[in-house]
Amino acid sequence: MSSDKSTNASPTAGKTLNLEQQRVRAAYMFLAPMLIMLLIVAAWPLFRSISFSFTDATANTIFNGQSEWIGFDNYVEKKVRSNGTVRWKGVLVDKDWWNAVWNTVRFSIVSVALETILGLLVALVLNAEFKGRGLVRAAVLIPWAIPTIVSARMWGWMLNDQFGIINEIMLTLHLIDKPIAWTASSDTAMIAVLIVDVWKTTPFMALLILAGLQMIPRDMYESARIDGIHPLRVFWRVTLPLLRPAILVAVIFRALDALRIFDLIYLLTPQSDSTITMSVLSYRELQQFGDYGEGSAMSTLLFLIITGFVLLYIKLGRVDLSGEKS
Amino acid sequence: MANIQLKAVRKSYGAVEVIKGVDLEIKKGEFMVFVGPSGCGKSTMLRLISGLEQITSGDLLFDDELVNNVVPAKRGIAMVFQSYALYPHMTVFDNMAFGMKLDKTSKQEMKDRVQKAAELLQIDHLLDRLPKQLSGGQRQRVAIGRAIVRDPRVFLFDEPLSNLDAALRVQTRLEIAKLHHDMTDVTMIYVTHDQVEAMTLADRICVLRDGLIEQVGTPSELYENPASLFVAGFIGSPQMNFLKGAIAEKHNCTTLGIRAEHIEIADAADAEWTGKVVHAEDLGSDNYLFVDIGAGDPLIVRRPGKLETPLGTELNLRPIAGHIHRFDANEKPIR
Repeated sequence: MSSDKSTNASPTAGKTLNLEQQRVRAAYMFLAPMLIMLLIVAAWPLFRSISFSFTDATANTIFNGQSEWIGFDNYVEKKVRSNGTVRWKGVLVDKDWWNAVWNTVRFSIVSVALETILGLLVALVLNAEFKGRGLVRAAVLIPWAIPTIVSARMWGWMLNDQFGIINEIMLTLHLIDKPIAWTASSDTAMIAVLIVDVWKTTPFMALLILAGLQMIPRDMYESARIDGIHPLRVFWRVTLPLLRPAILVAVIFRALDALRIFDLIYLLTPQSDSTITMSVLSYRELQQFGDYGEGSAMSTLLFLIITGFVLLYIKLGRVDLSGEKS
Repeated sequence: MANIQLKAVRKSYGAVEVIKGVDLEIKKGEFMVFVGPSGCGKSTMLRLISGLEQITSGDLLFDDELVNNVVPAKRGIAMVFQSYALYPHMTVFDNMAFGMKLDKTSKQEMKDRVQKAAELLQIDHLLDRLPKQLSGGQRQRVAIGRAIVRDPRVFLFDEPLSNLDAALRVQTRLEIAKLHHDMTDVTMIYVTHDQVEAMTLADRICVLRDGLIEQVGTPSELYENPASLFVAGFIGSPQMNFLKGAIAEKHNCTTLGIRAEHIEIADAADAEWTGKVVHAEDLGSDNYLFVDIGAGDPLIVRRPGKLETPLGTELNLRPIAGHIHRFDANEKPIR
């Protein structure tokens, strides 16, 4: 190794790299630490998780290597009873799993849609010039900066059916007749989760969209002003199309986040079937029931669903993540 | 088609005053160029006239009508921006038609107007393209076309050529001049920091410095009778030679200005200045000799044609009578 290096450095070395090769080598050297890091913290755990999903690992067997390879049985398994009837087992035929998938997708679509619209509105306001804009921009970020566990507890109290301020306000305003058990009732649990998530993540969305807004040259607006084009028309025909790339990227970030949501749901509405998501279910399977095989199968499916979702989105939205087109 | 008057116009941004009281009349159909070094307020003047900026004090009149608080869209202006400000996601046609659609123009009329403007600017074959598929010069023409189709009373140009390369700049300059000849009833105001652009395009030039008008006049007035040392130095290329000290005192002034083409080579007997050639620039048609006559900066002397003058040659020089500019201690001319 060391002799290799010395021959390379010496001008008398027989093998000399041309400029292109030197550049490629330098690039790999700079990339190496990150690639190694990614292998350790991302690729390896992913591989382990996927491989566990093909075993019957439990909390007892996972570390001593006694778990056995069972193929796709965690996903779907055909069981023939002695009396001849066929029973299907596994995650893919599990009602709880599909309920969690539906909850996750529903939550993701509604929350990201609301956050995008509200974030866009906030961004448009923050993009206007007014005194103290810097302060307001920082203040808007506060919900995003609060740890989820804190905001979940805080909102949990605010939404409480007996002591919660939200019920109090709504009762005083005669919007409702009797207190609503926001987080406990199966009708409202999802709404409660959505309220908190929108409150928390709209600032993030707003900031990403604001960054996009600030990329639009000002003289484009001035030109429209001189031409006397109605501001709404400018918004639909100029701002929105030019903002599209920024919005699409922001949505993808948020969608990825929303599809794997865990903390807020786990903290705000524990054990509620109407809000349980794929991540929470998989966690329950792994940690509470100790079924590493089926829990890993759920994680793997979650990974596949998210990947499929994102690929579809990139294709349909023609999102330019590489930045090559601009 | 508008006569524009500025009366004691001032503009401040917070505590900073950018335009410090400007009185100016721009006549109907005139091509007026605002020129000056960067930061002199020329672009701000244009933005005040366009209505993009609010005037702090003073009056702005279009055809004797006060327009201080009239929104840009109601002033009958069109503006060509330095960056062109084309909408990148719209085709050339849509870019040109976008500003028109609100005026209740019929579809067919709109098409005709865009087509006519495009033909005038020779971009009619590009109407379906996106701005990014065009060269810099073509984009510039789309920006001009977009202004033309609005049929404005006043045409505003904000340094429209500064993003083009030298060759294209000369060509587009010519096209803008042609436009001015064709649209005789449209008042045009053009901002530039390039005095060559100003000299070649303008009916009249307004030289600005630090938010104040230094001089307004035709290109030849400014060239021949600059109203200050600043204008004398700003207009003309190469810059006018300025001589101070004993040389100036001999002519009873603080600063003596003489242009490169107004210095001739004389006999030793009637030479006023003598010096050695320290540098020469051959532009093909002209030679510029830099002669060190012991007055600080070398004196620039223009010699037409191809005359090889080796460095170090001793020259006897004399100003051509009647072409000396004398300035007093306040940088004002002594007539």
